[in-house]
Amino acid sequence: MAKLTYREAVAAGIAQEMRRDENVVLIGEDVAAAGGVFKATVGLLDEFGPKRVRDTPIAEQAILGAAMGAAMTGMRPIAEIMFSDFLAVCWDIVANQIAKTRYMTNGQFEIPLVIRTANGGGSRFGAQHSQSVENWAMAIPGLKVVAPSTPADVKGLLAAAVRDPDPVIFFEHKALYATKGEVPDGEYVDELGKAKVLRQGSDVTIVALALMVPRALKAAELLESEHGISATVVDVRSLVPLDTQTIFAEVEKTGRLYTVEENPRLCGWGAEISSLVAEELFYDLDGPIVRITTPHIPLPAADNLEDATIPSVEKIVQTIRETAG
Amino acid sequence: MNDQQNNVSPDNDDIGEETRLRLYRSQLEIRQLENRAHDMFLENLVKGTSHLAVGQEAIAAAFGVAMDSEDYTFCTYRGHAHTLARGASMTGVLGELMGRQCGLLGGKGGSMHLTDVEHGVMGSYAIIGAHLPIAMGAAWSAQYRGTSQVTVCFFGDGTTTIGAFHEALNMAAVWKLPIVFVCENNLYMEYTPIGEVVPVEHPAADRASAYGLESIIVDGNDADAVYRIAQKAIKLARDGGGPSLIEAKTYRHYGHSRADPGTYRPPEEVEAWLARDPIPSYRARLAEFGIGEEVIEAMETEVDAAVDEATETAKASPIPSVDIIDKDVWADGGCAWRN
Repeated sequence: MAKLTYREAVAAGIAQEMRRDENVVLIGEDVAAAGGVFKATVGLLDEFGPKRVRDTPIAEQAILGAAMGAAMTGMRPIAEIMFSDFLAVCWDIVANQIAKTRYMTNGQFEIPLVIRTANGGGSRFGAQHSQSVENWAMAIPGLKVVAPSTPADVKGLLAAAVRDPDPVIFFEHKALYATKGEVPDGEYVDELGKAKVLRQGSDVTIVALALMVPRALKAAELLESEHGISATVVDVRSLVPLDTQTIFAEVEKTGRLYTVEENPRLCGWGAEISSLVAEELFYDLDGPIVRITTPHIPLPAADNLEDATIPSVEKIVQTIRETAG
Repeated sequence: MNDQQNNVSPDNDDIGEETRLRLYRSQLEIRQLENRAHDMFLENLVKGTSHLAVGQEAIAAAFGVAMDSEDYTFCTYRGHAHTLARGASMTGVLGELMGRQCGLLGGKGGSMHLTDVEHGVMGSYAIIGAHLPIAMGAAWSAQYRGTSQVTVCFFGDGTTTIGAFHEALNMAAVWKLPIVFVCENNLYMEYTPIGEVVPVEHPAADRASAYGLESIIVDGNDADAVYRIAQKAIKLARDGGGPSLIEAKTYRHYGHSRADPGTYRPPEEVEAWLARDPIPSYRARLAEFGIGEEVIEAMETEVDAAVDEATETAKASPIPSVDIIDKDVWADGGCAWRN
């Protein structure tokens, strides 16, 4: 085990896969010489050279089109979209082309590509560089959607995404890039579609994703120590495929479900999980399902405004205290 | 501009009888099949919509003949022609238009998405411009893997106004990718004359210099002219010389799609272009180059018979099983999004 930052784990995961398979390549704006604007691809150009680690123009449709065309013809490209907000300028390639082409052609293609993108708020960047858009991706049939919360998960899930034969959108959380954690040495590959139970409790089950995971864990500690509420915390990790079995098992034990979502309220991923639990576990519930989300607004920039918007530890604790009775 | 002249005489033939016959046959196959699709639409046997390439056959045919079997074709929703020109089965094309099991896509894609990977047809894309970046990616892949495959990407004049066109051309030129972009300028962006929506006379060729490319315009109704320019551009790409952007001027005989009778076009313009129909003029050229009437007629009879046979086979094909609805979202063959 080595202690790596979340951003170092990105580079470690990519490097592991590039060493293994020469068809794995990395393209994007400033990913090569600059090592990425978030420094998540530092060292890759030096190790793998400009043929495999390639800077592109500012041209998101070209970046993802290139990745798709390459994936259709035997390569395993990793394409970076610098901020997930920018997915909006190439959404046709994502939603109409990458996601649909295998199905429309009756399975004539596999499209094994990974779109890495920096997602989420907390950096005071304002509404066009801070959104959590994982729910956009989740709404499109044909895309797999992953959002890790720890450096170990970054490395393992990124490796799994590269090896997956289908398109995967890999949401890295920009407020987690500087966080550190133990990462297994050597070849490490995780599995897509597996949630992780991080903490076992008896009163409520909190289901969270990405930046909301450490906040849910901290909230669970406070709920236990200060309010006598014992909480389970599940890290969803993968929205598609969705590990309903792990989530259901934990909801069954506590009878209460809380989702903590950074995406804006309407049609956030927690709504889908809530709906599944309501349909399939209704009689195991001891109270209403509660969704804790960012309000349905574009994100504001100022410190206090952004902090008051994205679900905080305090907001999670308060909501659960008020409703878990 | 290097408008291709047909100043080649029968004594000095750079194309040759065998290739000319292939060019004629391919144009004929496309014409007859497109007309059959049109007729079957009226019988409600072809469903949805369809965008016919009648009048534009020479371009697809010439590239189809000029390309190697390993090369990649990317088409638009007006892609029956380019798909057939790579050797896809007529039954597969008609069957897809009819929503039958024998369709190239098993009935899942329809007219606008014809794809036949086995014949290098890497898809027909129905969002204007989207396939230019994707085709560019296939070309990048060929360059990366060192396969010497060339990608040919067809699109219409209307595509030159969308951003993806610029993004793809720019990156293909910067990366020197083995790709040929072919703009089929049929003078109309759907229902609107292209001249009303672009500030230059030649929507593709006049933009070539922005990507450091040569401005190339060719008579898209002359299969020989297109074939020559295709050979040149494909060779350049294969030899590592990078992309080309070719503007082929042509005209569609029908409207934009099934719903469009094309009444916005001045009758004298239509008449002038019908007089330049690529197929009768090519037939005349075959005779001029000494190919006997009996050879031509035999070929025409063969093509008619092949289209008839494909029609009957497609009609006899069952409709798709509903079991395929939840197949092939994922590479594992299924569509599961949860456990």
